[in-house]
Amino acid sequence: MSNFIDLFAYEFFQKAFLAAIFASISCGIVGSYIVSRRIVFISGGITHASFGGIGLAFLLGFNPLLGAVIFAVGSALGIQFFTRVAKVREDSSIAIFWSLGMALGIIFVFMTPGYTPNLMSYLFGNILTVTIPELTWMFILNIVIIFFFSFYFQKILYIAFDEEFARASGLPVNLFNYITITLVALTVVLNIRVVGIILILSLLTIPQATANLFTKNFKNLIISSSVIAFFGTMAGLFVSYFLDIPSGATIIFTLVVIFGVARLYKHFF
Amino acid sequence: MKPLIKIDNLTLGYDKEPVLEKVNFEVFEDDFVGVIGPNGGGKTTLLKAILGLLKPMSGKITFRGDIDGQKKPIGYLPQVKHIDRNFPITVFDVVRSGSLMQNPKKVTSAQIKQKAEELLSEMGILNIRNKPIGELSGGQMQRVFLCRALLSDPKVLILDEPDTFVDNRFEGELYEKLRLLNEQHMAIILVSHDLGTISSYVKAIACVNRELHYHPDNIITQEQLNSYNCPIQIISHGEIPHTVLKHHH
Repeated sequence: MSNFIDLFAYEFFQKAFLAAIFASISCGIVGSYIVSRRIVFISGGITHASFGGIGLAFLLGFNPLLGAVIFAVGSALGIQFFTRVAKVREDSSIAIFWSLGMALGIIFVFMTPGYTPNLMSYLFGNILTVTIPELTWMFILNIVIIFFFSFYFQKILYIAFDEEFARASGLPVNLFNYITITLVALTVVLNIRVVGIILILSLLTIPQATANLFTKNFKNLIISSSVIAFFGTMAGLFVSYFLDIPSGATIIFTLVVIFGVARLYKHFF
Repeated sequence: MKPLIKIDNLTLGYDKEPVLEKVNFEVFEDDFVGVIGPNGGGKTTLLKAILGLLKPMSGKITFRGDIDGQKKPIGYLPQVKHIDRNFPITVFDVVRSGSLMQNPKKVTSAQIKQKAEELLSEMGILNIRNKPIGELSGGQMQRVFLCRALLSDPKVLILDEPDTFVDNRFEGELYEKLRLLNEQHMAIILVSHDLGTISSYVKAIACVNRELHYHPDNIITQEQLNSYNCPIQIISHGEIPHTVLKHHH
């Protein structure tokens, strides 16, 4: 037990702890929204498209997370535009942006001279190497998301549940959709350092699936999936530290184990 | 007397392809109109236009602007099959969402809550107020959405095929409820594919098939339907439902 306490004396661990809190809250809220609204696939497209921005940043030598933000937000709005205006089927638009982003990323990384040592940490995440500026941005994002979702909670809920009815009432549904999809994109990007591009979707869906076993109320879903995400992340972090295995993958594995146990519990009790 | 809704020479459709052409239609206080027509004839398109979901290609829709505390004097009950039953939302929250149709400056959340509870108990489903909608039967679901539509005290209630996926017992109850609301001067627009059932409740029939023909009576013959270019069959409900065919020559 003292081993656990001792860890908190290390600065890298304190940062990882904060990152876990921020990731859990942002993913808890945004994940509940995308799962309820059935836009997980769009979120997957945005996530993977952001790899193009990371590759471009490597090539031109600027902050990879900035590149990821540009590509993530660009693809989020691009998917909406393709679907609404250019009338491409939504699932096809998603697949186009998903694979285009990945393809550009691979080309840019290939063109980057020399070895790109951090690439793996963007693909698979490494919560133990999160920096103070990244934590600051995660903190700001959390504040924005918490305020937006608290202030407009009922409107967001009603639009997500029955968009047509919300439109008929004259709510600015398109504006809400653009804001929320942008928040999804930002959440994805700022949590890339925690579990990586390949695995971030799980932080947005597995805690929610677990919480959804026990609650069918949107507000409770947000709160309980944030809590589950936090415990899963911390447990995964400890396991990865003591077994010396990759943190991102371990966190996801832990989340899946929690889901499995919860599902079995639900079955038997 | 000004109409509640006035549709003036309205043409609308999707992708520059008109579905409805030059529609004129007025709805007054005590109206109870059954909207019938073949699938793809434009019934749903007409509703979408009234709800403001579809921009007219030409012509216009105006609402009587003197209704206090409301944005549009409309209550809307959608086809329940379009509702995602797995969405994490409770009955009470669905009913409360009807407040979107109200001017938020003129109602408090306490008033909304009280009105929602009144409607739920009136409909006999106050006991399921905290249930997630995924656990409801078709009839309960229909009642919940009727509560939502009525929450804003609409002047006009619009129902899109409420007779699909509902058990017969509730269907009768629903129409009786509509008759009662209509007696209290709420105008009702009821879209249906089952003319036989609704004809004893409605006061007028609007046949929609690219054009709209208004028939100011609830009795309509197959010949009249044909002359309205409205190719639907009148189903008579006897012991065994059967189709009333026109005479063969």
